[in-house]
Amino acid sequence: MLLQGKAWKFGADVDTDAIIPARYLNTSEPEELAKHCMEDADPAFPDKVRPGDIIVAGKNFGCGSSREHAPIAIKAAGVSCVIARSFARIFYRNAFNIGLPIFESPEAAEAIGEGDEVAVDVRQGVIKNLTRGEEYRATPVPEFMQQIITAGGLINYVAERLRTPEAGGPT
Amino acid sequence: MPMTITEKILAAHAGADRVEPGQLINVKVDLALGNDITAPVAIREFAKIGVETVWDPERVVLVPDHFVPNKDIKSAEQANQLREFARKHNLAHYYEVGRMGVEHCLLPEQGLVGPGDLVIGADSHTCTYGGLGAFSTGVGSTDLAAAMALGETWLKVPESIKFVFNGDLPRWVGGKDLILYTIGQIGVDGALYMAMEFTGPAIEKLSMDGRLTMANMAVEAGAKNGIVPPDEITRRYVEGRAKRPYKFYRSDPDARYAAVYEFDVSKLEPQVAFPHLPENTRPVSEAGDVAIDQVVIGSCTNGRMQDLQEAAAVLKGHKVNDNLRLLVIPGTQEIYRQALREGLIELFIEAGAAVSTPTCGPCLGGHMGILAKGERALATTNRNFVGRMGHPESEVYLCNPAVAAASAVLGRIAAPWEVE
Ligand code: SF4
Repeated sequence: MLLQGKAWKFGADVDTDAIIPARYLNTSEPEELAKHCMEDADPAFPDKVRPGDIIVAGKNFGCGSSREHAPIAIKAAGVSCVIARSFARIFYRNAFNIGLPIFESPEAAEAIGEGDEVAVDVRQGVIKNLTRGEEYRATPVPEFMQQIITAGGLINYVAERLRTPEAGGPT
Repeated sequence: MPMTITEKILAAHAGADRVEPGQLINVKVDLALGNDITAPVAIREFAKIGVETVWDPERVVLVPDHFVPNKDIKSAEQANQLREFARKHNLAHYYEVGRMGVEHCLLPEQGLVGPGDLVIGADSHTCTYGGLGAFSTGVGSTDLAAAMALGETWLKVPESIKFVFNGDLPRWVGGKDLILYTIGQIGVDGALYMAMEFTGPAIEKLSMDGRLTMANMAVEAGAKNGIVPPDEITRRYVEGRAKRPYKFYRSDPDARYAAVYEFDVSKLEPQVAFPHLPENTRPVSEAGDVAIDQVVIGSCTNGRMQDLQEAAAVLKGHKVNDNLRLLVIPGTQEIYRQALREGLIELFIEAGAAVSTPTCGPCLGGHMGILAKGERALATTNRNFVGRMGHPESEVYLCNPAVAAASAVLGRIAAPWEVE
C-alpha cells in the first residue's frame, strides 16, 4: 500500500486536547470529530487538509487522554498517515486498533518540511520525500501489530480469533 | 531471574513464570473500565465482534463521570448508552449519578481494585491504581471492547524506572508535589512506554491518598503505569474494602531497571506547573505574581478526603478572594458525605466556594467551570494543556490542594504559609 500527500508540520508533545478538544467529545461521530481535527493546534487545519495529506510531528505525538476520538478525528479528516519522532503509548495502540497508519521516524520528522510531497510504502516502512528527493526509514512494526493491521483493526482480529481460537495472540 | 513488581504482576496474568521488557504478551484482566466518553465507542465496537455477552458482568465497570449530571442533550444520549448496556448485560458495577464518583477515586474506595490486580481502563488515568500496588493502565475504546468480550488484552512488557525519594517530606508537601517535581525533572515523555516505580523512605510514609495521586500522574510523564510497593499502609487501606482476594508483589532487590533516580525531598517546596505542560514546574516561592480567576479543587488527582482536609485547613477562618471563584468538587459521594460530617462543606461554603456533586466537569473543560478567553485557573487536576479547561487562550496552572486554597484566599498563586 502506498500513501501519498502533502505534509503538515506540527511541533513536539501535540496532545489529544489539541487534536480533538474535549468540548467536542459529547459525540463520537467521525464526521463531526473531523470538523475540529487539530483545531487547537491550528484552527485552519480542518479547512485546509486534503484527502491523503500527512501529519508530520515531533516527539510524543498524541500525549494526554486515552480518547480514541483523536485518531478517529485524524482518519476521518482524510489524513492518510501520521509520521512522528515518537508517539505517546495509548495513541500508538489506538491508531493501530482503528486502522490509522502511523510511522515512527526521527529522521523523517526532522527532515520533512511543511508542504513537502511525501509518499509512504506502508509494508516496507519507507518514507519518500518527493519534493527533496530524500528517503527515510520508519521503525519496524512488531509482527503482532502487523497482524492487527492485516486483519483491518483489532475488532476484526478479535472476531477472527473467536472463530478460530487456536489462531492467535502474542505468545 | 529477578523481576520488578510490574514484571511479576504481568507474568502472573500471562500465566508465565517470567516476562521480559519488550515482550508482547496476552494477559487476563481482573477488571475493565469505561466512562461516558470512551464507553459509547467501546459499546459500538463491541457490537461488531459478534459475541452475545460480556466476559464477566462482575468485572466490566462503567462510570459516567465526565459530562454528568448530563450537560446537554448529546451527553445525555451518551450516558444513556452506558445505562442501557449496563442493564442489558446485568453489569454489577454501573454507577448512577447520585451514587457515582470520579472513576479513579471511586474504584479504589469501593474496593473494586486491589494490590496485584491487572486493570485496564479506557481512560488514561487508569494508572492511578498503581498506588495500591496493582498494574493498571489506560487504553482506548477498541481495546476496552476487546477486553469486554475476551477478558484479555495484549501488552508490551515495559522497562521500569525506579525513583527513590529520600528524606522526610516538609509540611505542605505531598504526593502531588513529588510527582510534579519528578515530571519536571524527566519531562512529559521522560518515562515513555515505561513503568515508574515509586520507592524510598518518603513513599513508605506517604498516605494512600498521596500514593494514588502520584500513580495517577505517571501518564503525564508518558508512562504505561506507575506503581508503589504495597506495605502496611496498603493493607490498612484495602482491609475490609477489597471485594476480591488480593496479593502483594514486590520487586526483587536485584531487579533490572532502565534507570534509577534518587531525590532528596527534605527541602522540597510545593510545586506549581505552569502552562502548557505538566513538566513546566517551579517551587511555589518562585511562581512570581500570577493573578488567578478560578481555583478548582477536585479531580481524580486530588479530589480525595485528605485533599479536602488540607484545603480546608488553609481556608479555615478566611474568605475566598473577591477577584476569583473557588470550585470544590469531592471525588465521590462517600467523600462528599464524610466532608459533610467533618464540617468541611460548611467551611468551604462559608468561605465563599461553590461545592458540586462529583464530576470531572472543569478538569477536562467539559462543563461546570469553563474558562473564558484570557482567564487563568489554578487547579489540583493533572493537565494544563492549551484549551484544557476552556478557551484555547485560557491558562491552567497545577498545584496541590493547600496551595490551591491559599491562592484562592490571596487571589494569586500563593504558598500555604502566606495565609497562616
Ligand atoms: S478528573 Fe479529569 S483527569 Fe480525572 S478522569 Fe476526570 S477528566 Fe480525566
